[in-house]
This record gives sequence, C-alpha cells and structure tokens, in this order.
Amino acid sequence: MINFSYTRAGSVAEAVGAKSKANGAGRFIAGGTNLVDLLKENVERPRQVIDITRLPLATIEEGPNGGLRLGALATNADTAYHPEVQRRYPALSRAILAGASAQLRNMATNGGNLLQRTRCYYFYDVAMACNKRRPGSGCPAISGQNRVCGVLGTSDQCIATHPSDMCIALAALEAVVRVSGPQGERTIPFAEFHTLPGDTPQIENTLAPDEIITAIDLPESPYAEHSVYTKVRDRASYAFALVSVAALLELDGDMVKSARIALGGVAHKPWRSPEVEALLTGKTATKENFLPVAAALFHDARGYEHNAFKIELGKRAVVRALQLATKGTASIRDVNGQTADA
Amino acid sequence: MNAFSESDTAGGSTMTALPGKSPVKLTINGESTTVEVAPWTTLLDLLREYLDLTGTKKGCDHGQCGSCTVLVDGKRVNSCLTLAIMKDGSEITTIEGLTGKDGALHPMQQAFVDCDAFQCGYCTPGQICSAVGMIKEGHAHSDDEIREGMSGNLCRCGAYPHILNAIKQAYAATEKRTAA
Ligand SMILES: Cc1cc2nc3c(=O)[nH]c(=O)nc-3n(C[C@H](O)[C@H](O)[C@H](O)COP(=O)(O)OP(=O)(O)OC[C@H]3O[C@@H](n4cnc5c(N)ncnc54)[C@H](O)[C@@H]3O)c2cc1C
Ligand code: SF4
Ligand code: FES
Ligand code: FES
Repeated sequence: MINFSYTRAGSVAEAVGAKSKANGAGRFIAGGTNLVDLLKENVERPRQVIDITRLPLATIEEGPNGGLRLGALATNADTAYHPEVQRRYPALSRAILAGASAQLRNMATNGGNLLQRTRCYYFYDVAMACNKRRPGSGCPAISGQNRVCGVLGTSDQCIATHPSDMCIALAALEAVVRVSGPQGERTIPFAEFHTLPGDTPQIENTLAPDEIITAIDLPESPYAEHSVYTKVRDRASYAFALVSVAALLELDGDMVKSARIALGGVAHKPWRSPEVEALLTGKTATKENFLPVAAALFHDARGYEHNAFKIELGKRAVVRALQLATKGTASIRDVNGQTADA
Repeated sequence: MNAFSESDTAGGSTMTALPGKSPVKLTINGESTTVEVAPWTTLLDLLREYLDLTGTKKGCDHGQCGSCTVLVDGKRVNSCLTLAIMKDGSEITTIEGLTGKDGALHPMQQAFVDCDAFQCGYCTPGQICSAVGMIKEGHAHSDDEIREGMSGNLCRCGAYPHILNAIKQAYAATEKRTAA
C-alpha cells in the first residue's frame, strides 16, 4: 500500500473542495471495503484519502412524489433491512442481501456500492496489462481468464463487468443519483450513471471527478407485489454474481401491465432493454411469453472462451426470475428461494 | 514494483514527505486508549501490532474470510478493511473483550467449547465475534438464516455443522435470558 495523507471532511462542500484541490490524486473513502482492498493491491495509489463518513448523509427518508431517498452514506445493511425498503422496494433488499457478507454490508455504503470497481482478475493484478487500469496497455482478459467478464456491450478494449448486486435492482427501479459538485447539485438517471467501456474503459460512470454522491432517489413503484432478485454464483453465498436478474412485474390478473428486467454479471453496467421489456406488455405471464423475451435480451450477446455459458445461463435466469416474480415477492426470510443456484 | 505504476489511472502518486502519524482515541474492550497511527494502518494491524491483541486473526487481509471480524460500536465488521484512523472515538470489542472481567466465558465462547465448534481454531475468534454481532442484528432465526448470516466467516477446517450448533445453543441461551 502506498503512503497517503488523510483528511476528514466536515461538510459536503469541504469534501468536494478537497477532492478538487487534490487534482485527481484524491479519493473519497466511505465504507472502505473496495478502496482499502484496492489500496493494498496498489491498484489505487492516491496521495490523499478524504474521509466522508462524518457527513450527514446516512439517513433514509421519504423522497419527492411518493418515493424514498437513500442517503449515500447509509450502509448497505441499514438500507436492506429498512422497513420501507423491504415493503416498497423488496427487490432492492434482496439484491443487497445477496451481495458480499453481513460484515461487509455493515461497512459498505450506498454511494460506495455504485462506484465499486470491476472484479476482473487482470484489473487487480498490477503486474499485468489492463486498459482500465492503464489505458492503452491492452486487455489480456479478451483472450485470457474471462469467466467473470461480460457478454453484452463489451468492446475490443475491455470486457469487464460491474460487480454490484444492489445496482441491478436500482437500475430496474429507475433510481436517480443525486450528486453535488463545485457547480452545485444535479441528478443523474440511473441508466445514464454507469457507462459502457467503448474506447475509454477507464471511465466507468458520468460522475465528475470532483462530484460526490449525496443520495439515491427511488421513485414510487407499482412493483412491490411481484419483485424478485435471482443471483447465480459459484457458491450459495458470499460470491459475486455470474449472472443475476432483477425482475419486476406489474400484473392485472395474469396479464402483464408492465415489466422491468435488469441483468447483472453480464456487462460493464446494469443491463436493461426497455424495448424488450415492452414485449411483455399486454401478454399473459407465462413461460411461453417469457422465453422470447429472454432470447431477445441476449440477442446481441457475445461469449468469450470461458464465459460463453453466461448466455444460456442468463436466458434461463431471466425466465426463472420472471416465473418467481409472477408467483409474488417472497418473504425476506426465504434466504434460499430468491438467490439459489438455478 | 509494477511497471505501470507511473501512469496508472489512480493518479500516479509521487509522494515526497511521509504524512505523519496521528492520535486515534478508541475504547477497546472497555478501556480507553490513544494510539499514534499512520493513515494507512488498518484496525486489524492496530489491534495486533500496536496493542498485542492477537486474538483477532489475519486470514486473507482482503475481506474474504472473516477471521478479522470485530465489533465496532456493536456492529460486526472486517477489521482488515477498516482504516483505524477513521474509527477515532469508536468502541471496539474483540474476542479478548467478550470474556467477563471475572474470566467467565461469554455464552457464545462457552457454546463453541461445548459443541466442539473448531479444529485448528484460526477462524474461531472471527466466528465468535461474527455470531455475537449476528444475534444482535436479530435477523437469523432458522438454520438457513444462520448459515447465510455467517457466510462471511470461512472455516478452512470445515467445522461448519458444529459452528451452527454452537450458535443455536448460545442463541437459545440469550433468548432465555432476554425473555426472563
Ligand atoms: C470479499 C468481498 C465480497 C464482495 N461481494 C460482493 C457481492 O457479492 N455483491 C456486491 O454487490 N458487492 C460485493 N462486494 C463489494 C461491496 O459491495 C463494495 O465494496 C461496497 O459496496 C463499496 O462500498 P464502500 O462504502 O465500502 O466503498 P469505498 O470502498 O469506501 O469506496 C468505493 C469507491 O467509491 C468512492 N465513493 C464512496 N462513496 C462515495 C460518495 N458518496 N461519492 C463519491 N464517491 C464515493 C470511493 O472514492 C471509492 O472510489 C464485495 C466486497 C468484498 C471485499
Ligand atoms: S476486461 Fe477490462 S478490466 Fe479486465 S483486463 Fe481487460 S481492460 Fe482490464
Ligand atoms: S483477514 Fe479480514 S476478512 Fe480475511
Ligand atoms: S477451525 Fe480451522 S479454520 Fe475454522
């Protein structure tokens, strides 16, 4: 780990000011579960670490228009177990609880979760080339160990995935990210927050370097009765997703009024396709109608040597998630039902 | 050194002066302590290297095994991913602090002994602190929920079935106490 100086921000303005001043060599730290890990690996080499944990951004409160506002510094655990999150946004609770471990969720914050870096092995290994870590050095994953990499929206520069579970539910719920910077506050719709790798895999989102996330707004949702997060992974718990699906249905009897499907483990950002979701509108909620939707979601997928299985696995996970969502949101205590291996 | 460090996206630090140590005030196992640490010292290293509280173990040092689990302000966390300086003013409980002043074992420690819930014992302090934290969180009622709630603690010896039994025994004891 490199040596760095430490500052404790007393206000949002102070945090933003310190980050601007550090001129690219500063890093905010919240839960530290990703940053400290990357510091130890020398992947992150900041000159200054700016502690934002004393800022008053840890609340979960009613938001505008019947929604809920999640503070950027509320922990993943406090968010997942918050009664209003469980009642109104059950897929979000389930997605958070499907990630990491109880200890890590006690530390990890909502803002940090959005900005966690990829788990691509080469990104973590500073002895290797990696376009994301060192632009222009190459992407050894494309022809190397790419089991954990993506199959949708990849580029010839980078095929990494965003590893978050929480973000998959946030994408499906069409959350809005609230940020603050030297120019004041602004909001970023979730679909525009994370980016695809293209020719600039070192850029992962549309947050400016001196902006801080202050909150995540959840809009009012008609999906609470039929919300599911299905995660497929190498072991039953405490592992990143190979493929995951947040499936939200608004049903009228057995007819689909609207559907939201977001995919994790397959792309550089939570993957959604509103045109494909619209195929379900007005259809009955049956496997026959789910199959073509799953196929359409992966129509443009491209598999690599060790991850081509994700395409078939992903399709099946989509069908299964939609079937479970049709049955209805399961109890929060059903730790196996929502997240078991497919 | 890695060949790419100069131009890594992380900002290519070219440190000149070493940032100094600063005092961190912590209440550890009920005792107030002030320790001078560098910003990059983890809570795990502070406990083990500065205070000789070696009950807390370093397994992976990357949040992947749970052997470093301690309670910070009553919540279980991985001390290996915690910068000590950030916890200034906090209360820390380690495995050493679970034992009563009279030396009596905490019910969770006693249950691990009773149920033979370890082999080599390396993961045990983390398992016990994690289990104590989990019971406080109040979400683990069934065997499945306990297994899920304890999934952040790996046991390379595979003592999992006995660990589950121990936690259930201690859990029952706590519930009896709180019901009484
Ligand atoms: C062993 C292990 C297993 C894991 N498994 C999973 C899993 O299965 N699923 C999953 O989804 N996640 C998993 N995680 C990742 C974990 O969820 C993230 O590390 C965590 O959410 C990051 O939050 P944090 O507050 O700790 O972020 P930090 O480490 O503090 O920060 C991460 C990044 O975000 C920036 N940042 C933090 N807060 C803000 C803010 N408010 N504004 C601007 N920038 C900010 C920091 O500068 C830093 O660059 C795992 C982690 C570990 C170590
Ligand atoms: S996939 Fe992306 S993160 Fe992985 S080695 Fe290639 S450029 Fe780096
Ligand atoms: S040493 Fe901290 S989790 Fe392994
Ligand atoms: S008892 Fe040996 S690692 Fe758990």
